Formats: sequence, C-alpha cells, structure tokens
Amino acid sequence: MSFLTVQNLTATYGVSQALFGVDLTMAEGEVTALMGRNGMGKSTTVKAVCQMIRSEGTLTLDGLNLHDLPSHKVARKGVGLVPEGRRCFADLTVRENLVAAARPGDWNMAKVTELFPRLGERESQRAASLSGGEQQMLAIGRALMTNPRLLILDEATEGLAPIIRQEIWAALRRLKQETSVAILLIDKSLKELAAVSDKAVILERGKTVWAGAMADLTPEISERYVGV
Amino acid sequence: MTLDERYINGLVLIGLLALPLWALATDEPFTITLVTRAVILALAAVGLNLILGIGGMVSFGHAVFFGIGGYAMGILAYHAQTYTALDLGFFETDGTNSMPVIWLVAMIMSAIVAFFIGLLSLRTSGVYFIMITLAFGQMFFYFAISWAQYGGEDGLSIYVRNGFPGLNTLVPIQFFGICFALLCIVLFLFSRLQSSPFGLALNAARQTNARVETVGLNPMHLKLLAFVISGAITGLAGALFADLNRFVSPTMFSWQLSGELIVLIIIGGVGRLMGPVIGACVFVALEHFLGELTEFWHVYLGIILLCIVLFGRGGLIGLLTGKEGAHV
Repeated sequence: MSFLTVQNLTATYGVSQALFGVDLTMAEGEVTALMGRNGMGKSTTVKAVCQMIRSEGTLTLDGLNLHDLPSHKVARKGVGLVPEGRRCFADLTVRENLVAAARPGDWNMAKVTELFPRLGERESQRAASLSGGEQQMLAIGRALMTNPRLLILDEATEGLAPIIRQEIWAALRRLKQETSVAILLIDKSLKELAAVSDKAVILERGKTVWAGAMADLTPEISERYVGV
Repeated sequence: MTLDERYINGLVLIGLLALPLWALATDEPFTITLVTRAVILALAAVGLNLILGIGGMVSFGHAVFFGIGGYAMGILAYHAQTYTALDLGFFETDGTNSMPVIWLVAMIMSAIVAFFIGLLSLRTSGVYFIMITLAFGQMFFYFAISWAQYGGEDGLSIYVRNGFPGLNTLVPIQFFGICFALLCIVLFLFSRLQSSPFGLALNAARQTNARVETVGLNPMHLKLLAFVISGAITGLAGALFADLNRFVSPTMFSWQLSGELIVLIIIGGVGRLMGPVIGACVFVALEHFLGELTEFWHVYLGIILLCIVLFGRGGLIGLLTGKEGAHV
C-alpha cells in the first residue's frame, strides 16, 4: 500500500471546479514532482491534501482517511507544508519561528541550522527582516521542525536568487539522501526537479494526465504538458 | 537617547517598591494605598495583555473577570462575617476570610466563565469579537445590579479586610506587599509564558491562523487557553481590588472598566511585559493629581492617550526604547 494515496480527487472554489480527478500515489521516502502549467491545480491539490480546502475522492496517508481530520491534525499526522509565498511568522525571530513549530522527533534547532547555516547566523533576527531566500529556508526549517513524514514544498524556489536556489536544492538533495521523509515538490525548474525526483505526476486542467518515473518523462511529454 | 527595555522594567519595579517604603517612612499611608491600587490594576491589565498583546484579541469585556473576582471575595467574606451559610444547592459553606482561599475561588470561577465566554466569542474575530465580549460584560453588569441578595446596585461592603496567614492585612504596607508579590509572580509567569512554545505559537496565531495550522497547532485551542489564563489573572486582581476597597459593586463589571484596562495597556505598551504596570501607574497618578484639580481629569487622560496613539505607538516603553514593536 502506498504511503500517500490520492484518487479521483475533486475540489471546487465556490461554484468553480478546480480539480476534476487528481490521482497521485507516493511511497515512503519517495520524492515526487507535481508538475503542470500555471492554474492546472497543483497548489489546489496540495491544499486539499492538507485539508485547507474541501475536496472529494480518496485521500489517505498511511491508510488514514485525511478527509476526517481538520487541517492542524493532518499536520500532526506528519504532513509538513511549506506554503507558497513563504509566510513565516513575521514578528517572531528565526529561533522563535522554529520553536513555535517544534514537535517531538529527530528534527531540532541544531539539525535545521546545520542544514541551513544562514538560519543559525540569524537566529535572533526577526523573520520579517530576513531576505526572501532566508525566509524560504526558515519556512522549510519550520516545516521540518514538525518532524514530518511527508514534506510538501509549493514553489519553494520561486523568485529567489540563483545562489539561494542552489542552496535550497542542495538541502533537498541532502534530505533525500539522509532521511526517510517523502517529498512532494511543486516547482518550475524542470532541470532541478528531474535531478532530485524519483517520480513525476503531471496535471492538466485539474486532472492527472501523466504519472510515472522521472526517468520516463520524455522531452515530448514535458513539452506538451509543462511547456518546457 | 534610548533605553534598554530590561533597565526600564527593573527601574519600574524598584520604583514601585520604593515609593510605598518612602511613604511608610514619611507616614503617608494614603500613598501606599494609591500604589496598591496601581499594582492591582496593573495585575488585571497584565491578564488582559496576555490575550491582547500576545494573542491580538481585543477583549472589551474583561471587567467580567475583574467583577467575578470581586464578587467571589465579597460573597465568601459576607457569609463568613455574617455567620450565614452560603447554600449552593449541592454544597453548603460558611464562606471564608482567608485570602488564599478567596484568590483560588476567584481564579477558578473566572477561569470557568472565561472558558465558556471564550468558547463562544473566539468563533468570531475583529470587531465582532470586541462586540461579543462587550455584550458578555453588560450581561454580567446588569445581573449584578439585579442581584439583590448581594446589594444589587448598591454593592456589598465588607467590614474587615480578609486575612493572610502571618500578616496583618489591615496595615497598608503589608497588604501592598501581598499585592506586589502577586504582581511579581504573575509578571514572572507572563515573561516565561511569552517565550515558551505556547506563547510563541499564540503570537504566531495572532499573525496568521492558517500558518499555525500547517505546523499542527489548533489556533482556537491556543487562544482559548490564553483567554482562560487571562481571565483567571484578572479575576485574582478583582479579588484583591475588592479587598483593597472592602467593597464590591456592579461597577467592577462595567464596560468603562474594561475600556480602562485596554487604556492602561496602550499607555504602557501593548504586548510589553511592563506595559500594563507603567500604564496603571500613570493612570492612577493622573487620576489622583489631576482629579484634585478638576473632576474632568479624563479629558487630560484622553489627550495623553491620543498623543501616545498618534506619536508613540509602542506606548511609553516604545517611546523610551525607540522600538515601536513589542518584539525584538
């Protein structure tokens, strides 16, 4: 049985239907890229998994029906979300952001600051005063502090300087190699996604149109559905 | 020139302790009572500061807990002093004159009421939260007015101040000592709570509910717990206030008092550890000195408040430290 199972997932925003049948399965420790052009339902799928919006269809994590849980309980069951647009707790310091999110497990302040040394250097600085890249690192660190079994990153490198993007991709590669956390990635950089992901799932108009091993994703398929 | 907030905090506490000692030395018992009043109001506002300053919940009905604390003292002491039984249906008691017992009852009753008020009012936010807490305040106010058994609109007088083991509470400096010690304990707990994971998560919930949920915390639970703790602290202050005046009346439930508690926090600095303490000292000083000059002293208080809101948004502590925000 797969770790995360999403089958025929549908969701609506008011009267507009956003998801028409998303299928996605992930094994433990697996890195999956959720791909598709803008507006195809990637972020909506993530919000549905995290129970931030109402949805219908099969949605299970380790056999547990996520529809039965409120958003915060989904997080407690091991789903760590790094939301789009970073959004740290601006009035708290780096350390406080991490402490506020901490749950028992392997991840702690020392491990997070070892993964992102910049955060260690700015431990007592307010999150609002950090650069965009540092805020993104903090958002990832904050999600890791919850000791997730599934880490979801929604456009984690969007709008960041190349050097910062490299640091974040390097951290994700380390996470893949050194931990058993499953990672679901949404990103526009196909090259980086291909380097780190085991699998890819492509959405078009709120529906899964292709799923398979990253190695099987041919340029034709990515050109057709992702545009790169 | 700006000052470190820790020095300001230390100076305020030293000043608050030194003034009554000086008054004792110069035989000015009224000054001691005045400072005691400031200390008790500060304690009530520290309770409110927990939810207002850290949690961002503007409760316009915190006088409910102040009043419950006051009536807890009034009712227990009244039955003890008149040797009449207090029959609660399932439980009968002769009341008590013991301050620690009264404090405990005041805090428990306030916490229970805060739980139910919080459960209902925290479903709302912003102006609706302000209005619903105000509505609860008014409910309790009018209930107290119609509660003829305990004095109704006239309130309830207690002949002798309640007792504390080993102390003579009728001696102003000794009663001040009790209140000051309680304020210090609560301030210490407040500072620990502020930097604890709970306090940080509460602060985070003020900033964004949804993000708090993504890290596995229920913002409603955080806010409700803070509301209950806050109510209990303000209830404790209410019991002390009633003991200070040896009198309890429905005005302890009034919306004006709820507003004054907010004003104290704004004057000193929202979310600051010593904000409510400085606010209470300024308020009581103005009330006393300007009150001697004119009965319309609130006009001057209004002008000062206006200046602070317009020109010093971090309150007096913000002005002195040069940091508008309570944080870092």
